[in-house]
Amino acid sequence: MNPVKFRETKIVLKNIHRPHSRRLKTYLKAGGYQALKKVLKGMNPQGVIKEVERSRLVGRGGAAFPTGLKWEFAREAKDIPKYVVCNADEGEPGTFKDKQILEKDPHLLLEGMAICGYAIGARQGNIYIRGEYFQAYRILKEAVKEAEEKGFLGKNILGEDFSFSISLYRGAGAYVCGEETALLDSLEGKKGQSRVKPPFPAFEGFQNKPTVLNNVETLANIPDIILKGAQWFLKIGSQKTPGTKIYCLSGDIQRPGYYELPTGIKLKRLLIDYGKGVKGELKAILPGGVSSSFLTRKDLSVALDWPSVAKRGSQLGSGAIIILNDTHCMVDIARRCAQFFAYESCGKCSPCREGTKRTRELLTNITLGRGELSDLELLCELQEVMYDTSRCGLGQAALNAVRSAILKFRDEFEEHIRERRCRFGICPLGKESS
Amino acid sequence: MKSRLKERIEKILTEYGGKRQALLPALHLVQEREGHISEEVISYLASRLSLPSVDVYGMVTFYSLFSLKKEGKNIIRVCVSLPCYLRGGNQILETLKEELGIKEYETTPDKRFTLEPVSCLGLCDQAPAMMINDEVYGNLTKRKVKEIIRGFK
Ligand SMILES: Cc1cc2nc3c(=O)[nH]c(=O)nc-3n(C[C@H](O)[C@H](O)[C@H](O)COP(=O)(O)O)c2cc1C
Ligand code: FES
Repeated sequence: MNPVKFRETKIVLKNIHRPHSRRLKTYLKAGGYQALKKVLKGMNPQGVIKEVERSRLVGRGGAAFPTGLKWEFAREAKDIPKYVVCNADEGEPGTFKDKQILEKDPHLLLEGMAICGYAIGARQGNIYIRGEYFQAYRILKEAVKEAEEKGFLGKNILGEDFSFSISLYRGAGAYVCGEETALLDSLEGKKGQSRVKPPFPAFEGFQNKPTVLNNVETLANIPDIILKGAQWFLKIGSQKTPGTKIYCLSGDIQRPGYYELPTGIKLKRLLIDYGKGVKGELKAILPGGVSSSFLTRKDLSVALDWPSVAKRGSQLGSGAIIILNDTHCMVDIARRCAQFFAYESCGKCSPCREGTKRTRELLTNITLGRGELSDLELLCELQEVMYDTSRCGLGQAALNAVRSAILKFRDEFEEHIRERRCRFGICPLGKESS
Repeated sequence: MKSRLKERIEKILTEYGGKRQALLPALHLVQEREGHISEEVISYLASRLSLPSVDVYGMVTFYSLFSLKKEGKNIIRVCVSLPCYLRGGNQILETLKEELGIKEYETTPDKRFTLEPVSCLGLCDQAPAMMINDEVYGNLTKRKVKEIIRGFK
């Protein structure tokens, strides 16, 4: 089986180069809403779900859960009404991919959601969009209106016995609201704090009704899977998690940006062919944003798909690939990551609320020259405890970066503690500072 | 509360069938119009939705886009997350503080600017980045920041 050539393979960003790509007219010219038509005119809901299952599409929002299975759960759930919720809260530092779809090809997302609605038996969809995405919100609003006017959303879509509408809901600045259950609470007008799982949203989601919650990029894959078929999709990228992924490159890289490529592309190739090389000497890589664990030069040959990155002890997550060169102090970076989680913890469960604070304190002390070697063991232990006991992924992943920094760059930490020295001159170490 | 604002809040409440789901959209509206969420608004929303005031108050403090204190006319959100930090985001924050003569989360005495360090804005390919109101500014340098701020003055 010959993998489809890299160049040709664009699924979710295939339209964005077109002038006025966000308009319905452009979308229709590019074959838009044909998948929805195909579904409504000739497929039953089970058939749609089977096709998505066969494609082995997994969630692009971070957790890489099989999308077809999630839909199947919601379809089988007895309770009604059912809901489709799109996670457009994009907040993992280093991630800026969903925004491209939202701003440049919103109808692709709307079509994906309508197909999902048909498949699971929902009549209502919600897009939860992060509060700071003002521009994307305006564009989406316009797109929904256009789709309603032309009968792609609303009552009796394309004259068929299927009605589906989509509402927009703006977040208000809280990273945790990207976590699916916190998002649902926020969508209900509450503080965005995680719920205990199970029950999973597919069974008890929005207003405790069966809900499919998917990432923007995930849903944007649906129209092509339906139109071109799972067999086509399976030929792209790596076998276990086929298709494409939008990789976001940021940090010390010559050409930062978003690149849609087949899953399984080698990290080295992404950095060199697409990123045009590292700025300075490569030191470390976070492949899945600040929630992931550090990789190093030794990992350049890793294939960028979820199972392969997991084998290296890290996480691909949403595909936020952050590059660090050798001018950065890993203790300082670890402290920064800790600061982020301490700030963003929702405070609902104590392991995360207290753990993120203590981590920030311990690391700050090390940067001030007040650390002890036993702190390093303590931090690694804390990582385990938080991983095991935190209620949601925020706390579970909060210390990935910290722990991996300690394991892979231990000499830097020890130098700060034993010699009160930061070889980069970044950490204050006893000199007056913040 | 101005009657015009009240009307618009009522419209949102109706749209959401009087459910608390109306809370975020209503708070967005008030924040946008008034630059903060006053106690009066909190009690009003609480009574209209039959919620305890502290519940609504909790919402305002939980979400970073809402504030109790009146914010400046222009809100500067400067990203302090890792990808921006790696590209010199710290200097951008420092430059803003110098240029405006205020610290993080403060408002200039003339009420023109509020400075907020925030988490990733999804502009990491243009790091370091910031937003002023709903405009985005990327690939910032100290000089560029000064020019942008002076352009506002
Ligand atoms: C702290 C935290 C933040 C998250 N932020 C996002 C986000 O911004 N966007 C997103 O799609 N998923 C995010 N997720 C993952 C969601 O919980 C969920 O797995 C995902 O939206 C499901 O959709 P998918 O299966 O299509 O990926 C986050 C998870 C955690 C723990
Ligand atoms: S890290 Fe600054 S915009 Fe993403």
